Amino acid sequence: MKLVKAIIKPFKLEEVKEALADIGIEGMTVTEVKGFGRQKGHTEIYRGSEYTVDFLPKVMIEIVVDDADAAKTSDAIVKAAKTGKIGDGKVFIIAVENAIRIRTDESGPEAL
Amino acid sequence: MKIKKTLLALLLGSSAFLFAGSLGAQELPVIETAEVVEAVADAISFEDGYAAFMETPGAAFFTISNLWLLIAAALVFIMHLGFATVESGLGQAKNTVNILFKNVFIICMGILTYALCGFNAMYPGDAWSIGGFFAMGSWFDVTASVDLMTSEYADYTWYTDFIFQAMFAATAATIVSGAVAERVKLSSFMIFATLLVMFAYPITGSWQWGGGWLSEAGFYDFAGSSLVHAFGGFAALACVMVLGPRAGKYINGQIRPILGHSMPLATIGVFLLFLGWFGFNGGSVLNADPFLVSLVFVTTALAAAAGGLGAMFTSWLFLKKPDLSMALNGILAGLVGITAGADSIMPFYAILTGLIAGILVVFSIIFFDKVKIDDPVGAISVHGVCGIFGTLAVALFSDAAGFDIQLIGTLSVSAFAFIFSFVVFSILKVVMGVRVSPEEEAEGLDIGEHGQEAYPDFGSARTR
Repeated sequence: MKLVKAIIKPFKLEEVKEALADIGIEGMTVTEVKGFGRQKGHTEIYRGSEYTVDFLPKVMIEIVVDDADAAKTSDAIVKAAKTGKIGDGKVFIIAVENAIRIRTDESGPEAL
Repeated sequence: MKIKKTLLALLLGSSAFLFAGSLGAQELPVIETAEVVEAVADAISFEDGYAAFMETPGAAFFTISNLWLLIAAALVFIMHLGFATVESGLGQAKNTVNILFKNVFIICMGILTYALCGFNAMYPGDAWSIGGFFAMGSWFDVTASVDLMTSEYADYTWYTDFIFQAMFAATAATIVSGAVAERVKLSSFMIFATLLVMFAYPITGSWQWGGGWLSEAGFYDFAGSSLVHAFGGFAALACVMVLGPRAGKYINGQIRPILGHSMPLATIGVFLLFLGWFGFNGGSVLNADPFLVSLVFVTTALAAAAGGLGAMFTSWLFLKKPDLSMALNGILAGLVGITAGADSIMPFYAILTGLIAGILVVFSIIFFDKVKIDDPVGAISVHGVCGIFGTLAVALFSDAAGFDIQLIGTLSVSAFAFIFSFVVFSILKVVMGVRVSPEEEAEGLDIGEHGQEAYPDFGSARTR
């Protein structure tokens, strides 16, 4: 099993969700997060004083899939979330040891 | 009633003269006649005298004027909602309950203390303690009489006079509330605000509107650029100097802006203040004179609009971006600026007054920030600086008063407010402290002072 963890621009969430639904992904966890990468933050101004906003709002999507589906899932995310401008985000693919469905005690790939 | 009295005087006077003449006396002193007239007039019950007055042709204008002043009083009341939302919006979410609580307290306390002694201290009539400078004041209520409830008194009743002025009175403390927001200790602020509204505001008010020394000297302040706004603004300046800036505002010589949490709330507040100002200035005509009330509405609106545009473009030109909070301050600056001369500065010059105030307020806010006077809402600049400018604008753009007396008047009122506030707030600082602890300031005054949250269902406030 693989954890596909994607950090994307918030306004891209709907498109990414639809792209994932199209390839048969049935569930995901979404978190509002803040952060920066190479694009750094930006400058804002309030009542005459400038200040930098380092942490920009992003959305983090977490999906656990079968090993075979990992590449297909990350491809779908990258395609849907791309604007071609700085700050588009990143996708990480991480190995998962086990998964358990709380309701039924199923574990392993059956729990997904 | 005047006609009635004159008739009575004639009747009594002539009969007294006849009576006296028959006794061989040459003449009766006029004063005695007047006293007799008063005595007879008093003997008529209030109900009868009032009913008789309401039958006279003058009763129609009196009734309309009185009603207009009551509507104006209600509009000034709405300004307190405007102050509450402006201050909340320009403060951080964690201090919202505290800011609203102070505003709720001020209007309640303001009306009651004005009844207790403020009204009679500000309008002492002949009851000065030190002629033209100071009156002790007393409980406002009176026995209803024709003298106080008909046009014998004014174009409005005694009660209308009280409630209109009472709505003004609390404004001074509200101005301070915005400037000291987000770090002032609640109990100390409540004591200070009470002393300010109960004692200090009526003193400077009596100098002009109560017929005191400034009014004798020819000072002109139509609706209170000095008496209300500069007074509040300089009281605020003194308090901020005693209190110090919010933690984290000035670090290593750099200004770190602390963002207001709701621009929609701040904008609603400014629109409410704009609305209320029609009552603040329009009611200050003190009757329903069609020419003057309409002129005042026009000059008030023109100055506010010019102030808004002035601040918009000043911030755009000099601060790189068109800043909404500056535009909002600009509208208020224009309103404060025109307040002293709303009935005497003609429309073209009203625009000029508002425009200058709107430009002035942006530079003033930047200046106070540079010298580390931390004023979250810009109250010192809007009310203090533009209050002084508006008072001087009367001399510059109308012939209602000369420049010298306007300068002397506005500086006297501002200096009194500043010194009173500096002394009282410093004493409070020594005796009980005026600032919350650094921990409480960091956590927010809502939890620290009130154990409550303004937005318990939103965001991080729920993660416990």
